[in-house]
Amino acid sequence: MILRLAVASLGARVLTVAMTVLAIALSVALFLGVEKVRTGAKASFADTISGTDLIVGARSGSVQLLLYSVFRIGNATNNVTWESYQDIAARPEVDWIVPISLGDSHRQFRVMGTSTAFFERYKYRQGRALAVSDGAIMADLFDAVIGADVAATLGYAVDDPIIVAHGLASFTEHKDQPFRISGILEKTGTPVDRTVIVSMEAIEAIHVDWRGGAQIPGQSTPVETIRQMDLTPQAVTAALVGIDSPLQTFALQRAINEYPEEPLLAVLPGVALQELWAIVGVAETALLGVSAMVVVTALIGMMATIFSSLNERRREMAIFRAMGARPATILGLLVLEAMLMAAIGALLGLVLLYLGLVVAQPMVDAAFGLWLPIDAPSMREVWVLLGVVAAGAVVSLVPAFRAYKLSLADGMMVRT
Amino acid sequence: MALTDVRFRWPGRASFMLSVADFRLAQGETVLMLGESGSGKSTLLSLICGTVQPDAGTILVAGADLSDLSGAGRDRFRAERIGVIFQQFNLLPFGTVSDNILLPLRFAPQRRKRAGAAQAAARTLCADLGLPYGILAAKAATLSVGQQQRVAVARALIGQPPLVIADEPTSSLDAGSQAAFLDLMFAQVAASRASLLMVSHDPRLGARFDRVVRIEDIATIDRRAA
Repeated sequence: MILRLAVASLGARVLTVAMTVLAIALSVALFLGVEKVRTGAKASFADTISGTDLIVGARSGSVQLLLYSVFRIGNATNNVTWESYQDIAARPEVDWIVPISLGDSHRQFRVMGTSTAFFERYKYRQGRALAVSDGAIMADLFDAVIGADVAATLGYAVDDPIIVAHGLASFTEHKDQPFRISGILEKTGTPVDRTVIVSMEAIEAIHVDWRGGAQIPGQSTPVETIRQMDLTPQAVTAALVGIDSPLQTFALQRAINEYPEEPLLAVLPGVALQELWAIVGVAETALLGVSAMVVVTALIGMMATIFSSLNERRREMAIFRAMGARPATILGLLVLEAMLMAAIGALLGLVLLYLGLVVAQPMVDAAFGLWLPIDAPSMREVWVLLGVVAAGAVVSLVPAFRAYKLSLADGMMVRT
Repeated sequence: MALTDVRFRWPGRASFMLSVADFRLAQGETVLMLGESGSGKSTLLSLICGTVQPDAGTILVAGADLSDLSGAGRDRFRAERIGVIFQQFNLLPFGTVSDNILLPLRFAPQRRKRAGAAQAAARTLCADLGLPYGILAAKAATLSVGQQQRVAVARALIGQPPLVIADEPTSSLDAGSQAAFLDLMFAQVAASRASLLMVSHDPRLGARFDRVVRIEDIATIDRRAA
């Protein structure tokens, strides 16, 4: 009966209660949303590369190597010579190795030179392989495969010609060596979607007339001549390495890091990601802290609402007291009401979160390549919701204790 | 009920002291207590109901000395033994009539047992008090003032408490409704063999009661006390 009366009491103040519940719901949706984006971003980053045991590049920082080689963020400080690459490829621990050559671009998208092994070895989201949605992977020297976002943003189709620009954000283009789009990849939710992929030889081919980062004045080698040239790469930006046995990973990593011919760095993608999380952890914690404060603010709003209603509810409390209710019952009733409001707010927040996810998921994916999964609430989220209800009970103790004291002072006779 | 040598001062109000040398109410007796506003009626009712404790003296209700009981014990005692009717705003407006009538039983297990089938008892009381059939499911806020007062009587009488206290229950009713209400209340109080202590400032009601007392005859208020 007390629960029914608590519900009825809330119903009698439906407008203020609805506003309070809405504030709690929005704050809970924000908090859980931040948490979803945070875990979604982590999962997206972690899912970007799967099945690669080591990433090898010129010696710099492990996070920097991870960012430029996998996420196309930032630039390499140096290249790895083709001889070193061959040395590593020839090591017995190495099961497979895929070269990556970065540095050029097309419009706002990075151009990546690699071998066809990239399409077999690159895995994302727990081992999913790349797939071509239209056309085929590179067969000709001047074929290019583009990611889904490149195709969608620039409106490209198979057989369309594209011209690669030298460097990033450069006005100098390799106009004399146009590429043909041979294939478009299916959407992956990884940086591959925003990459133009060509062969390693093609990267060499478009730079035959270039020395020291600048085009040799007056020199323009015809494409047919280039096709006859030895286009063995001079260097690679990085390499993805698969190892025969996981037991050999650290031994190979140490060997590469101590490679005597040139300073190299080999990193485990998972470890580098952990370092990255450690760097962004402060901002992440701050964001969570701010959204948690929004929840606290909403709960304090609820406390203020209960406080402001106390005076007009003294008659109600007097009736309860006259019927034999103890002051502790009055206190319990107010806490119960607060918990009901917090629980309804928390559940409504969860509903708002899922509605928001349904609406925002494709937009966030398209805009940021960030895939926010719509899963059943996790145990962590359930604990958050229970925590909100518990916090609601705690903050309501302040007005509830005031009601307790009022009901002791008033008894069953309200002097209003 | 018996109050003997009772003295009471509200906490923080040193200038007010109520003293009752001796006041008794026999089982089944109906007493009208007359007094003007500010004459200490509400304080006396609070003492009898055990929501406040006297500084001195004894208050016996239905054989129990209230000063022997803890705060929680007095609350339980009130729920078990005393039915209360206010002058107005008697009901929880958001609750149904049924919720309101059955509310004291929530805090009084013995009274709940005495009431038996509580819903049926509430229905019978409503019928006896002339309330329309089906009113139990109605929201209290939707009732007329007269209906609310009759529901308050039903709530005070459910489970047959030995003492009913009514604090000016007719003050919000017109003259015609007053008489009808009192007829119904007296009939039900008599049927449950309860004692009735009703407070009012209207001496014309005295003829209906076994006894009429003026509060100034049984209680002294010292407003200069410090």
